[in-house]
Amino acid sequence: MASIAQPQVMAQPITKPATGLWSWLTTVDHKRIGIMYGVTAFLFLLLGGVEALIIRTQLARPNLDVVSAARYNELFTMHGTTMIFLALMPMSVAFFNYVMPLQIGARDVAFPRLNAYSYWIFLGGGIILNLSWFFHAAPNAGWYGYAPLTSTSWNPGRNVDFWLIGLQVLGVASMLAAFNMIVTVINMRAPGMTMMRMPIFSWTTLIVSILLVMAFPAITAALILLAFDRYAGTGFYEYAAGGDPLLWQHLFWVFGHPEVYILVLPAFGIVSEIIPVFSRKPLFGYSVMVYATCAIAFLGFGVWAHHMFTVGMGPTANAVFAGSTMLIAIPTGVKIFNWLGTMVKGSLRFTTAMLFAVGLVSQFVIGGLSGVMHASPPVDSQQNDTYFIIAHFHYVLFGGTVFGLMAGTYFWFPKITGRLLDERLGKWNFWMAFVGFNATFFPMHFVGLAGMPRRYFTYSEDSGWGPWNLFITIGAFVLATSFLVFIINVVKTLRNGEVASDDPWDAATIEWATSSPPPVYNFASIPEITHRDQLWWDKYGDHGAGSGVERKAPAPKEQVDPSSIHLPNPSYFPLVSAFGFFILALGMLIDNPVLTIGLLHLPILVPIGGLIMVVAIYAWAFEPAG
Amino acid sequence: MAQAVATLETAHGGGESHIGGADHSGHPPTSTGLDSRKIAMWAFLASDCMFFGSLIAMYMIYRGEAERLYQAGQGIGPLPHEILDIPYTSISAFVLLMSSLTMVLALASIQKGNVRGLRIWLGATALLGAVFLGGQFFEFTEFKHEGLGLTTNIFGSSFFTLTGFHGAHVTIGVIWLMSLLIMSLRGGVRKDQALNVEIAGLYWHFVDIVWIVIFTLVYLIPYDEISTITHEAEGALRQIGLG
Amino acid sequence: MTHGALAAADHGEHEHPSEQKYIKIAIILTIITAIEVAIYYIDWMHDSGALVPALFILSIGKFLTVIGYYMHLKFDSPLFRYMFIAALVGSLAVIGALIALLRVHTIDFGPGGFIS
Ligand code: HEM
Ligand SMILES: [Cu+2]
Repeated sequence: MASIAQPQVMAQPITKPATGLWSWLTTVDHKRIGIMYGVTAFLFLLLGGVEALIIRTQLARPNLDVVSAARYNELFTMHGTTMIFLALMPMSVAFFNYVMPLQIGARDVAFPRLNAYSYWIFLGGGIILNLSWFFHAAPNAGWYGYAPLTSTSWNPGRNVDFWLIGLQVLGVASMLAAFNMIVTVINMRAPGMTMMRMPIFSWTTLIVSILLVMAFPAITAALILLAFDRYAGTGFYEYAAGGDPLLWQHLFWVFGHPEVYILVLPAFGIVSEIIPVFSRKPLFGYSVMVYATCAIAFLGFGVWAHHMFTVGMGPTANAVFAGSTMLIAIPTGVKIFNWLGTMVKGSLRFTTAMLFAVGLVSQFVIGGLSGVMHASPPVDSQQNDTYFIIAHFHYVLFGGTVFGLMAGTYFWFPKITGRLLDERLGKWNFWMAFVGFNATFFPMHFVGLAGMPRRYFTYSEDSGWGPWNLFITIGAFVLATSFLVFIINVVKTLRNGEVASDDPWDAATIEWATSSPPPVYNFASIPEITHRDQLWWDKYGDHGAGSGVERKAPAPKEQVDPSSIHLPNPSYFPLVSAFGFFILALGMLIDNPVLTIGLLHLPILVPIGGLIMVVAIYAWAFEPAG
Repeated sequence: MAQAVATLETAHGGGESHIGGADHSGHPPTSTGLDSRKIAMWAFLASDCMFFGSLIAMYMIYRGEAERLYQAGQGIGPLPHEILDIPYTSISAFVLLMSSLTMVLALASIQKGNVRGLRIWLGATALLGAVFLGGQFFEFTEFKHEGLGLTTNIFGSSFFTLTGFHGAHVTIGVIWLMSLLIMSLRGGVRKDQALNVEIAGLYWHFVDIVWIVIFTLVYLIPYDEISTITHEAEGALRQIGLG
Repeated sequence: MTHGALAAADHGEHEHPSEQKYIKIAIILTIITAIEVAIYYIDWMHDSGALVPALFILSIGKFLTVIGYYMHLKFDSPLFRYMFIAALVGSLAVIGALIALLRVHTIDFGPGGFIS
C-alpha cells in the first residue's frame, strides 16, 4: 500500500475520456463498466435466444429430430443458465453501474477497481460456461442442476463440472459487485440525499445487492459440496452414502427463490422511474414502494420450498411454504397498484420506454397470478414440471424483467450515448415483442395444463399438443425478430440518430441534470439534494411536474474547475487478476498435467492461475488508487 | 478473497471518497461518516454468516447419519465419538480465543500510535493462527491414520468440509495479518491507518466466533446419545404435531 | 480516517474498552471454555439431558462477548449492529428450517427411520 506510506495525491487529473482499447481494458469508470456489462450481457442474451429458437424448432412438430435428446438437454440447460446468469443479471448490473451513481450524485462507485474486477470475472465465467460447447461437454442437468442428475454415475463427463465451476466464478463476480453497490448506496450519496429522497431505482439496487450477498452463499456452499462429490468422490447428495439429494434442492432454492427477485426487482426499479416521468406525476406511494421492496426481499427468503411441493415434505411444511408464498404476492400486488396509481390522471406520454414499462405491469400481473395458483400445493401437484411452470416464469422473467430492461434501455439510451433511439422503430420493437411474447408463452398455459411435461425433447403425435406447439414456435420467431428490430434501431441511432439534450424526457432525477453523455466526473459540482425528484423540483418548484409552470431557474452553482476533480487511476490489475482466476477455473476443467504436493494433486493450471490472481491483487493493493 | 480486495482497495480513510471531490464541494467524505471499507467488511461478514450457515446446516443434517447407517448394518469407517479428541481440540479452541485477544491488543496499540506494540501483537496473532492451523493439520493426518478420510463416510465428508473451510478462512487471515506485519515493518501502518488493522481484526474475530460454534456443535455435543440437538428438535417438532 | 467530518463516527469509537478490559474478557472466555469442556466429563450432565442446553448457553455467551467487545458491536455505529444481527438472525432461521425440513423428511422416509 504505497499510498498508505505517503498519502500523496496523484498528479494528472483525468477529465477527458481516454480512447482506445487499452483505455477500456483498464477503465475503472462506472459508466464504462456499465456499458461493458450491458453489451456483454446483450450478446449472451442473443446466444441464449438462439438456443431457445433451436429448442422451439425441435418442438414445433411431434417426433422431430432436429437435435438429439442429449443435445436437447444441453440446450435447455444452457439456455436457462445463460439467460439468468449471463444475460439478465448482468444487464441489471449494467444499469446499477451506469445509473445508480449518477442518481445518487456520486462521482463513481465506492470501489472502482473492484468494480472492474467484478466485470472481468463475470466475463471469464461466461466464457467458461460457453467453452463447454467446444469440449463437447455442455452442461446438461438443467439450470437447477438437481441431484442425482449431476452425480458422476449419471453424468460422468465434464458437462456438470463446466456448469458448477462456471457458476462458482459468476457467483464471485456477482458478490463482489453487490458489496460494491451496497457500500456505494450507503456511503456515496450526495449531500441532502437521504435514504427516503433516493430514487427508487437506487433503492432497488441496494435491496437486490443485499439479496445477492445473502442468497449466493447458499449456492456457493451447495456447489462446493457438489464439487467434492464429483472431484473427490464424497457422497453429500447420494442416498447410499448417507447423503441426501434433497439437500441440494433445498440449498439451491434457498438461493433460487431470492434469485428470481434478484432478477425482477431491478426491472421494477426501472419502471418505477419511467412511469412517473411519462405520467408527469411523482411516483404514487413512494414510501410504500420502498417498504414493499424491502418486504419482498425479506419474505423472499422464506418461500423457497414452494419449488418442492411435490417431493413429499409433508403437509406441515407444504402448508407453511404455501402460506408464505401467498403472502409475498401482497407486497408484489402493492407495487402494481402503485404504478397504476401513478398513471391515474397523469398526462401520459406513450414513448417506447413507457410502452415497455406498461408492458411490464400488464404481463407481470399474469405471471404473478399463475404464481399464486401454484403456490397452492394441490394445484401445484398438477402443474409442477409442466409447461404451465414455463409459462409462469417466462411471464415474470420476460414479461417482467426483459420488458423492464428494454424500457430502461430506451429510457437511458440518450443519457448513455447522447442520441435518442428511433421512436418509430421502437414502437415496432415493442409491439412485435409484445405479440410474439404472448403468442409464445400464453399457449404454454394450455399445453401445460393438458399435461405436456417440461424438459422432454419431443412428444407423440396423439398427445394433441402439436398445433399449439407449432403456434408457439411461430410466436418465438416473431419474438426473435423484435430483437432484430432493436439491433437495427441501435445501429441506426448510433450512426445518425437524433441528438439528445441533457434532459430529453423532462425527467425527475438528477442523472438528467448532467450532460448526455455525462463527463467522466459525472457532475462538475456535486448537486445539493433538497427534495425527492430533485430535478423536477429544480425545474418546477412547488408547481409540480405536470403544471408546465417553470420555476425561475435557480442561480447556477459555482462551477468547479473540472481539472481539479480527482478521479481514480485506471488499472490493469483487475483484468490480470481476473485472468488468473479464469486460468485457475479452467485448470479444473481441461486436461492439464497434474502437480503433486504431498497429499494434494493439483492440475498445474490451478496453482498457476491462483498465483497470477493473488500477485495481481497485491500489485493492485500497493498501486496508488489515485 | 472478497474481503481482502475490499480492504486493500483504497488507501485512504473514506473509501475512495476523495474521488468525490470532497475538498472542493465541501461535503463530508461519506454519507454516513463511516469508512466504506469497514461497511464492506461487515457486509462480507454478513454474507459469510450465510455461507457457514449453509455448511453448518449440512453438518447438522448429516450429524448422526453415519451411526444410522451402522444401525442399518451398512456402516463404514470410524464414528465421531470414536475419533474426536476433545482435550486436544480444547487447546486449539483456546489458542484461537487467545489470538482474538492479541488481535484487539494489536488494534489498541496502533490506535495509540504504538507501532512496536502493533508489530508484537500482530506477529503473536499470526503465530497463534499458525499454531491453530498446525493443530488442525495434525488432527486431520491423525484421522487419516485412523481410517477416516474425506470420502470414508458421510461423517468424514461433512467433518472435513466444514472444518476445512474454516481452516481455509484462518489461512487467509494469517496471510492477511502477515501482510500487515510486513507493511508495518516497512513503515507502512501508522496511527491514522489503524483502520487497516481494525478491518483485518473484524475478519479475524469472525473466524474465531465461527470456531466457537463449530467447537460446540461438532465436538462437544455428544453423538452417541439420544440427546443430540437434531433429535431434540425432532422430538420437539413431534410434540407440537409437526413431525 | 479522513479529517474531522467523521466526528460522529469517531465519537463511538473512542469509547473502546481498555487493554485491561480486553484481557479480563479473554479470561472470562477462557473460563467459559474450560467450563464447557469440564461439564462434558460430568456424567450427570449427560444423564440429565442438561449438557446440550448448557453448552448452547455457554457458547452463545462466548459468541456474544466476542462480537460485542472484540468486534466492538456494542460501541460502534448501529449500522454495523443492524447489518450483522439481521444476517445472523436470517441465517439462523434458514439453518433451523433446513434442519427441520430434512430431518422430518428422513423420519418419514428413511429406511428404519430414527429412534425418537
Ligand atoms: C407473485 C409472486 C410469485 C409466486 C407466488 C410464485 C410462485 C412460484 C411457484 C410456487 C413455483 C414452483 C412451481 C413448480 O415448480 O411447480 C414457481 C416457479 C418459478 N418461478 Fe415463481 N412465483 C412468483 C413470482 C416469480 C417471479 C417474480 C419470478 C422471477 C422473476 C419467478 C420465477 C420463477 C421461476 C424461474 C420458476 C421455475 C423454476 C424452475 O423450476 O426452473 N416467480 N413460482
Ligand atoms: Cu420461487
